[in-house]
Amino acid sequence: MAVVTTPKPSEELISINKTLDQTNTITLRIARSNPAEGQETSYSEFKVPVKKWTTVLEAILYVKQNLDHAVAVRYSCRQASCGSCGMKINGKPGLACYTKVSELKSNVITVEPMNNFPIIRDLAVDFKQLISNHKKMKPFIIREDSEVTPESKEFIQTPKDLENFLQFSYCIKCGLCNSACPTMATDTSFIGPQGLAQAYRYVADNRDKGKEDRLKIVDDSHGIWRCHFAGSCSHVCPKGVDPAMAIQLLRGYMLGFQK
Amino acid sequence: MAERLSNREGIKGMANPTRYGIERVAYWLQRLTGLGLLAYLIGHIYETSTIVHGKIAWDKMLEFTQTTQGHLFLTLVIGMCVFHTANGIRVMLGHGGIGVGKPGQPEYPYKAASLNYKQRLCIWVSIGLAALAMMYGASVLFGV
Amino acid sequence: MRESIIMKIHYGTALGAVALVAVHILMRMTQNFDQSLQYQNVIANYHFLPYALMLEAVLILLSVHGFNGLRVILLELKQGSTYERMVNYGSIAAMAVLIAYGSRTILMAGMGIS
Ligand code: HEM
Ligand code: HEM
Ligand code: SF4
Ligand code: FES
Repeated sequence: MAVVTTPKPSEELISINKTLDQTNTITLRIARSNPAEGQETSYSEFKVPVKKWTTVLEAILYVKQNLDHAVAVRYSCRQASCGSCGMKINGKPGLACYTKVSELKSNVITVEPMNNFPIIRDLAVDFKQLISNHKKMKPFIIREDSEVTPESKEFIQTPKDLENFLQFSYCIKCGLCNSACPTMATDTSFIGPQGLAQAYRYVADNRDKGKEDRLKIVDDSHGIWRCHFAGSCSHVCPKGVDPAMAIQLLRGYMLGFQK
Repeated sequence: MAERLSNREGIKGMANPTRYGIERVAYWLQRLTGLGLLAYLIGHIYETSTIVHGKIAWDKMLEFTQTTQGHLFLTLVIGMCVFHTANGIRVMLGHGGIGVGKPGQPEYPYKAASLNYKQRLCIWVSIGLAALAMMYGASVLFGV
Repeated sequence: MRESIIMKIHYGTALGAVALVAVHILMRMTQNFDQSLQYQNVIANYHFLPYALMLEAVLILLSVHGFNGLRVILLELKQGSTYERMVNYGSIAAMAVLIAYGSRTILMAGMGIS
């Protein structure tokens, strides 16, 4: 018979719990605006209690619950999966649910709406352009025999085939890359790193036959050539998609370095 | 939605090299040096055109290149030229998909493979070469 | 013209210019710098046909490369069909003017008209 012993709480565990439980108070500055109503940006300041693990999103939700429920913010999954909560946190784009207050190493946290997206209100921005550019890339497998018939067989992909596009398929359409991109800062017609990376995600998939189509779409005066490989998109991407790599590999086809 | 309300960062954001690592600095330098060299090229072609008006006109134009400011200016042009060329070769290879890393399974904490040490090294080498060329150029111009 | 063709020209002109500009600058750095700029020497350079042809090549390559680079920057700064057409034709015109003006120097100095 197995002997079950209840573990005694060790001294060490207690001391860790103590530091984890420590509550700090930070100042959260939230940019407020409503451009459609002609309301210019102003900043509301709130004192928010935080622990070591408190995320920026939780701090904003604390404000909504206890101090000012009118703050506009978009979120859903709270675990870096849905791509809703992108915003500028202390000047840099990040996911609010994926950024801990403690890692910012500052007692004052300023959150603002992401750049290069129209503001709806406060922290919520409009994704129309991103979604429409994403759709223009034909984000689906293109091939003639895609209809399932009784004769259809599964398409076998090796793990290596999968690796060619897997990381690019992790994109959650959060738009952080587009808000960091220097071309996006001024070019209103640019496809943007998000869309270009998705064009490559399908081109690199060996089930897909739409390469020529997509290369034609991105070969535009506001297409892939407006990328200068500044890498800012890959700096901020929270999912390891590395859009800058995808764009250069896609351009490799057009310059004849890749087949 | 009207572009007026679009919250674009604008030129200030495009031309701010401070936030996203050395790769963004390289982008910024490549732009600045490209524009600087274009301005120099235009001036240079005007400058050399004085030769068709004979020796007096040419010598008059040469006076500027013999001043300290002229020497400093030429040193800067040499630096811009070397950085733009060296970094331009890196950028061209990168644009062709060379040296930007291989796709794979992203592992936390998700370091982007395209922002790898080879790219960073090449940027620093470009800056270093430009600095060396400027020192050599200055030593010739100021005739040490 | 398709953007891919324009950009291939942009990279091609850059690559072509690398070697030629190096020759051009090192010409001055290897000999005595001040002397290399003396009137007689420069005229002699222009009279030396292979070098004059090289100058012409540098002139063409870099006018195309430089003004296309400027075109790219301007297209990214502002959008609109009239503006973009103006930028596109404007840069072609600028290339042509600069090449014509530079070629005039090379021709006149090369043939000893001056
Ligand atoms: C001779 C060696 C040169 C090389 C290898 C070179 C290479 C390049 C490359 C690869 C780009 C594209 C950068 C990008 O898309 O991000 C570029 C841009 C540019 N280059 Fe050059 N270049 C050279 C010389 C010059 C010269 C002499 C001038 C001036 C007349 C010049 C003016 C420009 C301009 C204005 C741009 C646009 C900058 C931008 O879009 O950021 N380049 N160059
Ligand atoms: C240290 C810097 C430089 C000096 C002292 C210099 C000097 C000269 C001189 C004296 C000439 C007349 C022909 C000759 O004797 O070779 C010339 C022509 C020329 N240089 Fe340079 N140069 C310099 C850098 C450059 C650079 C960086 C470029 C490219 C952007 C350039 C492009 C040209 C061109 C295109 C011509 C022919 C112009 C014409 O005759 O219309 N030079 N240069
Ligand atoms: S590539 Fe990365 S940063 Fe860009 S939208 Fe997708 S997940 Fe977000
Ligand atoms: S709430 Fe879903 S990504 Fe942050």
